[in-house]
Amino acid sequence: MTERAPPRKRAWTWRSQALRGLVYQLVAVSLIALAVWYLAQSTLANMAARGIQSGFGFLLQPAGFDIGESLIPYDALDPYWKAYAVGVLNTLRVAVVGIIFATLLGTILGVGRFSANAIVRGLCYAYVEVFRNVPVLLQLLMWYLLFADILPPITEAVSVGGLFFLSKNGLSFPVPVWVPGVGMALLGTLAGVVAAWFYRRWAIAKFEATGQIRSLFWVPIAIVVAGELLGWIAGGAPTAWDIPKPGGFVMQGGASATPEFLAVLLGLVLYTSAFIAEVVRAGIASVAHGQVEAAGSLGLSKPQSMRLVILPQALRVIIPPVTSQYLNLTKNSSLAVAVGYPDVVSIANTSLNQTGRAVECIALIMAVYLTTSLATSAFMNWYNRHAAIKER
Amino acid sequence: MAGSVFLPIPARPAPVKTEGVLPWMRANLFGNWVNSLVTALIAVAIGYAASAFLSWGLVNAVFAPSADQCQAARGSGACWGVIVEKFRIIIFGRYPYAEQWRPEIGTILLLGLLIMSCIRRFWKPWLVPAWIVVLFAFFSLMGGGRLGLSDVGSDQWGGLPLTIMLATLSIVFAYPLAILVALGRMSTLPAIRSLCIIYVELIRGVPLISVLFMASFMFPLFLPVGKSPDVLLRVLVGITLFSAAYLAEVVRGGLQAIPKGQVESSQSLGLTYWQTQRKIVLPQALAMVVPGIVNSFIAIFKDTSLVTIVSLYELTGAMGLALNSEADWRPFKIEGYLFITLIYFVFCFSMSRYSLWIEHQVGRSKTR
Repeated sequence: MTERAPPRKRAWTWRSQALRGLVYQLVAVSLIALAVWYLAQSTLANMAARGIQSGFGFLLQPAGFDIGESLIPYDALDPYWKAYAVGVLNTLRVAVVGIIFATLLGTILGVGRFSANAIVRGLCYAYVEVFRNVPVLLQLLMWYLLFADILPPITEAVSVGGLFFLSKNGLSFPVPVWVPGVGMALLGTLAGVVAAWFYRRWAIAKFEATGQIRSLFWVPIAIVVAGELLGWIAGGAPTAWDIPKPGGFVMQGGASATPEFLAVLLGLVLYTSAFIAEVVRAGIASVAHGQVEAAGSLGLSKPQSMRLVILPQALRVIIPPVTSQYLNLTKNSSLAVAVGYPDVVSIANTSLNQTGRAVECIALIMAVYLTTSLATSAFMNWYNRHAAIKER
Repeated sequence: MAGSVFLPIPARPAPVKTEGVLPWMRANLFGNWVNSLVTALIAVAIGYAASAFLSWGLVNAVFAPSADQCQAARGSGACWGVIVEKFRIIIFGRYPYAEQWRPEIGTILLLGLLIMSCIRRFWKPWLVPAWIVVLFAFFSLMGGGRLGLSDVGSDQWGGLPLTIMLATLSIVFAYPLAILVALGRMSTLPAIRSLCIIYVELIRGVPLISVLFMASFMFPLFLPVGKSPDVLLRVLVGITLFSAAYLAEVVRGGLQAIPKGQVESSQSLGLTYWQTQRKIVLPQALAMVVPGIVNSFIAIFKDTSLVTIVSLYELTGAMGLALNSEADWRPFKIEGYLFITLIYFVFCFSMSRYSLWIEHQVGRSKTR
């Protein structure tokens, strides 16, 4: 009996899967290409018919509108691209500050769901259910209403210790007067942070080698504070603070946050922290109960077992969904347009109304958010790899 | 031998009671002194806040629709009269006053069917024709122009009916699209897979508001010169495309959870690709992701509030419409906001409870 190899499956007959796959893909791609071509054609025809100009050339023309708040110097004579830069910076500002506060508040609320105290548990639950079941736009509008209508006018601003003032014009708070000494203090803080990081690495390596325990929390903090103090003294110990004073129509001195910024920030933080709290709760609940018991039988106290045993394991479950919450917060910051905070959407909306270039303006908005989303998820993926289980 | 004397040992104390109200309070409210302190502090704070809210919202509140009384009580009490006065505009937007029974009946029909579709007993094939009939009835009632009903243009639709309609329709239309995109994303054909990935990631990377801007500014440019589609239709298409991307990711989660052996065994039975998907993969995957779909529905329901920015007067927009126009009532906007907040909360909260229940139902096949 002669061994015969089975007949080779010929890949390219009319009835083969490979060919059919190729045909399906060609059909799909050409249909999409046809649709895109058709849409582009009718868009061009429409634009010609309505006399709409196209192209990104308008970015170099003067914008001609003022922007309420800006991190970089800007006036109405500056070109459109600079107005967009102001908008992008404003979006990033509210998103970054919002992410920081939402993470803090969300973590506290999520851990609060495991409190031994029933009232604390109940309050955290009620908070989460109320804030995540109401549209974020409605919340923004309500906060803005609070700031715009209900707070007292600037002449009767609510004051906390004569340092902070809250009124229809926003929140004013003191800032240190900028002298080179302040820069030295900042440099000292930075040096302290670097030193503390090296200390922690050294202490952990020492612990793993010898088992000697060193404080990983209080000593680094002491190092940072010492660095700051040293820098401050080296800079001549400046003590001047710029404290806001209520003037006739404006606050004089100090720094301030506008009511629009505060409304957007508060709305986004309260809404997103409810979601983050749920994520944190689910993450902690996902850690097997045996881990807690094992930590207890090793003699770790409750806070210790939370910090050393539960949270590191919960973090792995928490990071991916928290990343998407960060992205949601950034995308929701586009609702700032509803309360008049000059974020990138609001700038694009104004320039759309002025120039009529819908395609370009909307493409710019989308490009900004796509870039931010991709950058955030790239960073969080990197951090996720860092926190993931390291298997040997 | 002295007779041994019976010496009773004292009875042991009864075990500490761990059930009932008092022991529960001892364990959960007054476990140690920190706990007791926290409980006391929070109780005082809640009591203070509750009494302040009650005196504002109930004791000093004005329930009569009178602007003068409201103005007098301003600062000390709420003015719920504004809701009595403006109720119909808040709920129905700019819909003609005399015809408001039409959106009323249409919305009740739609809501009734929506609730029925959530109950297990009604999960029967006749649900699909029922949906078609009810949607047809809804649009006939809202739009009019047939059966002797007067014509009402879609620019006059508003309020709660619009909110419910936008959320329901966008999910209903997004669902088949999402299944196709999810299958495409799991496909082995590279061109189709990349098209689906680009679509999903592109949409998920941008905010809904930019999609709505696109719908209201760019869609008119896409059509042949001189034709402009209805604004409601444009917004509906925008929300549908947006929610389809999110829904596709939910469905993909279910598809990925199906063990590979299911597909392999159906192939070895000689089923084609579409037979495999229709008879083996999708029934299991879609059952698994029902809670995720309900959660998407909640998200879309909340997101419909954004259409106010492109000037459609759904619930949030109708609220602004009702109160911004009259100087007498404008100061009492906060009461109006609280009222529609309550409406949104009732809808979203009950849907999230439903999602928990259905999660339990789906999980029941897995528990032993």
